[in-house]
Amino acid sequence: MATGEVKVLGSWSSPYVMRARIALHIKSVNYKFIEEKLSEGKSELLLKSNPVYKKIPVLIHGDKPVNESLIIIQYIDDTWPSAPSILPSDPYERAVARFWAAYLDEKWFPSVTSVGIADEEEAKKAGISQMEEGLALMEEAFGKCSKGKGFFGGDEIGFLDIAFGSFLGWLRVTEKINGIGLIDEAKTPALVSWAERFCSHAAVKDVMPDFDKLTEFGKMLFPKIRALAGTR
Amino acid sequence: MEGELVLLDFWPSMFGMRTRIALAEKQIKYEYREEDLRNKSALLLQMNPVHKKIPVLIHNGKPVCESLIQVQYIDEVWNDRAPLLPSNPYQRATARFWADFVDKKIYDLGAKIWRSKGEEQEAAKKEFIECLKLLEGELGDKPYFGGKDFGYVDVALVPFYSWFYAYEKCGKFSIEAECPKLIAWAKRCMQKESVAKSLPDPEKIYDFVLQLKKAFGIE
Repeated sequence: MATGEVKVLGSWSSPYVMRARIALHIKSVNYKFIEEKLSEGKSELLLKSNPVYKKIPVLIHGDKPVNESLIIIQYIDDTWPSAPSILPSDPYERAVARFWAAYLDEKWFPSVTSVGIADEEEAKKAGISQMEEGLALMEEAFGKCSKGKGFFGGDEIGFLDIAFGSFLGWLRVTEKINGIGLIDEAKTPALVSWAERFCSHAAVKDVMPDFDKLTEFGKMLFPKIRALAGTR
Repeated sequence: MEGELVLLDFWPSMFGMRTRIALAEKQIKYEYREEDLRNKSALLLQMNPVHKKIPVLIHNGKPVCESLIQVQYIDEVWNDRAPLLPSNPYQRATARFWADFVDKKIYDLGAKIWRSKGEEQEAAKKEFIECLKLLEGELGDKPYFGGKDFGYVDVALVPFYSWFYAYEKCGKFSIEAECPKLIAWAKRCMQKESVAKSLPDPEKIYDFVLQLKKAFGIE
């Protein structure tokens, strides 16, 4: 079993890195956050700890690396099993939480980034439409998962809250840059109040990126990605 | 514990095979229903409205979607026999990582091999073999990815073995020549009843691929 010091390799702007840190905060586990300066190229430690994908976040427990944010959350829940639990205790509810987390990662967040890098109105509209469809699904899922409580996980934030909530920063930036409302009272009232609750939670607020900083970063980053995509 | 179990599936699907293997490992009785993917049943559309894909595992009327999620669900509900995920948290994380790697890489690369030709096919073959070699590295000298026992990563990967013959014929290469250890592992898995009865005959898969190529107008 891995024991020893916990480190997280990451960057302030990554929603995936946020996930790992929120999970550690929930469990009151002390860790050292090592900021990767992505503009300066990948560190030796990152390349050694995640040779397959060379991506952040990486959680290093003792000398053992764990990769992929959703796997990291489950590792944290398994390794520090004392309450509060992050995954639901019921196997069916676990399957539902995992389903939505996979949906968000594989289908929904790519539509968010597609809006960011779109250089034509058509592509942008298509991305926004996909985002809206996804949010409608999440609004409905919230009703079913929360069972009248404040979070997808019930009384306390859980796996799906972390998976989805970590994307709120970039969602808000997309709203701002495009002058649209995606999570709003008219369309997704439950998600509006959930988002407020999530962002102000003790385990979350210190790692939610500053909105203005993230907006500026997005404005700088999207044209770069667009240019790279164009050259392929 | 069992209740009513229905699996909506499609015989050549590697993803469906994973769930079949997991159910067989746990010796669970269930009803298998073949879906015609060109004419999806009302039940499939109702049970998986988001993706409209198989496999769907329906347990007492409630759907579980996504094959690896189904395998974990089966492992967690029927936790009194044939464990698939290790109990050690670090080993669990490692198993999840490699199953996820299979999901991210193997299906798409395999599809590119049978669908494309020329440079695109060569690039896909090269990357496919690289990925299999990474998996061989992870397997090492163990009989299974799970160690001495068949486990989660074995379930995630072995269904693709039924497609290897089709990839080899379409890509004109030998996977065994490049990855002998992996083929030895696959043959070892095929000795297990749960695997042998869940995987179709590779010749049938190849025939299916030829039909698909014809239907899509691929040379």
